[in-house]
Amino acid sequence: MAEIQEKADSGKGGKKRAKKMSVHLDMTPMVDLAFLLLTFFMLTTTFSKPQTMEINMPVDPDNPEEQIALKASNALTIILGEDDDVYYYFGLAADNPDVLEADYSANGIRKVLVSPQVKSNDKMTVMIKPMETSRYKNVVDILDELKITDTRKFALVDFSDADAELLAQQNIGQ
Amino acid sequence: MPKVKVKRTKPSLDMTPMVDLAFLLVTFFMLTTKFAPEESVVVDTPTSVSEIKLPESNVITLTIGSDNRVFYGVDGQQTKEALLNKMAGKYGVGFTEEEIRTFTLLSNFGVPMNQLKSYLAMEPNARKEVEQPGIPIDSTNNELGDWVLQTRLSNPKVVIAIKGDVDSDYATVQRVIDILQDKKVNRFNLITDMEAKPSNL
Repeated sequence: MAEIQEKADSGKGGKKRAKKMSVHLDMTPMVDLAFLLLTFFMLTTTFSKPQTMEINMPVDPDNPEEQIALKASNALTIILGEDDDVYYYFGLAADNPDVLEADYSANGIRKVLVSPQVKSNDKMTVMIKPMETSRYKNVVDILDELKITDTRKFALVDFSDADAELLAQQNIGQ
Repeated sequence: MPKVKVKRTKPSLDMTPMVDLAFLLVTFFMLTTKFAPEESVVVDTPTSVSEIKLPESNVITLTIGSDNRVFYGVDGQQTKEALLNKMAGKYGVGFTEEEIRTFTLLSNFGVPMNQLKSYLAMEPNARKEVEQPGIPIDSTNNELGDWVLQTRLSNPKVVIAIKGDVDSDYATVQRVIDILQDKKVNRFNLITDMEAKPSNL
């Protein structure tokens, strides 16, 4: 549809000038195509690189006897249960501490993690014990809470029989 | 009285700047685009406030689907070729040139070693249809550990990323982490989605 419009010759023997052509190009199809491609690439492009969360697991010790046991006053255990349940207790499972229930909301486990009992104690170590029935999301959520509350000392620990007994004794999570 | 004629003017618009802009954008998107690789399983990753980005290359991605199947993926065609040759030697499976080439083009897969040959021999379309059983992670048949170990031997720079679905059982994730720790990998990444950081604590 490229059309070249010429000025109509006036015919009355004026001076012959070099013909000025104004080139008019119908660009509509080209624009159509350009925008089609634009839309296609905009929709298929993947901009964001995936976000990640780095975790370092403790190295498996060669001889467990040499490890120093954690003091009861410096321990906080968070148990992740089925159906997004969270339980926590301070101290060690052997001392039969009270197991309390929390949740993943801003007023749940985060309150515990920013409480003076945790924040004022530099040596406080948080142990995360996900039960086999918990979901992967729960683990990431709790790691996230630790990051939000800037809790540096934590470990991902296996859910032990002692914890299972403790929960059973207090009739929690059954 | 002369009739009032409606003047018909051809609406002519100078589209040149618009075309310029459109082509500029097209060029930009064409050059920056990187097509999302085809995933064999759809994974809904959990969200986190973490802002660390995953490196672009040398990444092993262990995908755990919502049904607890484990998929293995690594980037780099040379790495994959070396890896497959090593695994073939270890498990005594011979692959043809064609199958090795197909393997280097896969982004991830979830078939045990004894089915891998037939999986690679399939037509591309049939391969999409087939239900992959996942990589064996039991202690008796720990193929995932071998894949990870052999990849690290062929490319020592690799970073390991776990891409788990929100609904996958922790038991499976735990098993995968155990396998990694068994192979002396104590540092790895969990792939997550973005989430706004809460402002008030």
